[in-house]
Amino acid sequence: MSRPKIARKSTSVDMTAMCDVAFLLLSFFILTTKPKPSEAVPISTPKSVENKFAPDKNLVMISLNKDNHVYLSVGDNSGDRDKKQAMLEDVNKANNLGLSSSEIATLTKQPFIGTPLAQLKQQAHLPVEQISSKLPGIPCTDTTNNQMTEWIRAAVAAYQGTKMDLILKGDNVATYPVFKNILTAFKKNEQFKFQMVTNQSNVPAGTDLYKLNMSGKAAQM
Amino acid sequence: MAEMDTSGSGKHKKGPGVKKGKKLSTKVDLTPMVDLGFLLITFFVFTTTMSQPVAMRLALPDDKVKDEDQNKIKQSGALTLLLGKNNNVFYYEGELAPDASNFKSSNFKDIRDEIQHKKQQADTNLVVVIKPNNESNYKNFIDILDEMRINVVKRYAVVDISDVEDQLIKKTEGE
Repeated sequence: MSRPKIARKSTSVDMTAMCDVAFLLLSFFILTTKPKPSEAVPISTPKSVENKFAPDKNLVMISLNKDNHVYLSVGDNSGDRDKKQAMLEDVNKANNLGLSSSEIATLTKQPFIGTPLAQLKQQAHLPVEQISSKLPGIPCTDTTNNQMTEWIRAAVAAYQGTKMDLILKGDNVATYPVFKNILTAFKKNEQFKFQMVTNQSNVPAGTDLYKLNMSGKAAQM
Repeated sequence: MAEMDTSGSGKHKKGPGVKKGKKLSTKVDLTPMVDLGFLLITFFVFTTTMSQPVAMRLALPDDKVKDEDQNKIKQSGALTLLLGKNNNVFYYEGELAPDASNFKSSNFKDIRDEIQHKKQQADTNLVVVIKPNNESNYKNFIDILDEMRINVVKRYAVVDISDVEDQLIKKTEGE
């Protein structure tokens, strides 16, 4: 009994095609990836079906973290940083905080403002690692000492004549009263339009918005 | 691609004076390169953030508008949603009855049906009034605004909660 001989085939596969695919995908991911903006304050935002992307320049962002601390930051580019400097100078002058120009420069470089006005001088001397959610935040929890009003006033003045997007980034578990006090600060400065950062989620099937989107009409709200 | 035809074609001279170079294979083993490629891909896949945050727009009312300039809502088309603690939602249609008989409790799953039901009933008169109490959280507020988007409610307002309603919520939650 002799089996018919099977011709031995080489087991080496031509890797060229696979290599091509691998590097194609690699270049795609390298080009699409964006360095995640440094987030000193971790915030998990709620979901919404909204489909408009959050702007990334000319923005003043108010972050509200899970401990109801409120932080203020601006967009991550030189134009916004100049505005932040102007805001700080304005706040310094209006409240007699006695910040030196070098302290203002340091504060401008720091990722956000996270202390009451009286402690801004101390924040200017903190190393960058300590600029985190451990800072007490801008007082905003009670209506009598709502320093957010002061900051928004300075922001409006600094962005005078240019577009300014007020962005509110709140954490899921932040409580409503603090949020309401931020809104009060907006209202006091006659800023009636703002945006809230959310994560995108799909429109549930069968709802009115779903039907509207399916019928090809853009949802006009 | 990585292979080249190195076998001499017929055009070459083949004589005694032509030295024959040793034929080396130009085939390169691409396996390590592919390995590296996929390693990097995995890295970028995990670090990339595809989901860009989206922003929800909200316009606030001007408190300085005088009472007589404000629009009164029709009671037949009004639906008031109250947000309490632990993701509780309460609602009533029209005006709150003095004995609170039309005050009902709900949750975020069921409220959508209620809004849709009310929308069909009230048609163009529909106005949703949202009243979060002090114990509700930011997520509840966003969720309910999102619900407005999902159900295409064109007119809605965020209003401060009244003491009566707040007491009712606390009473119901306490039970």
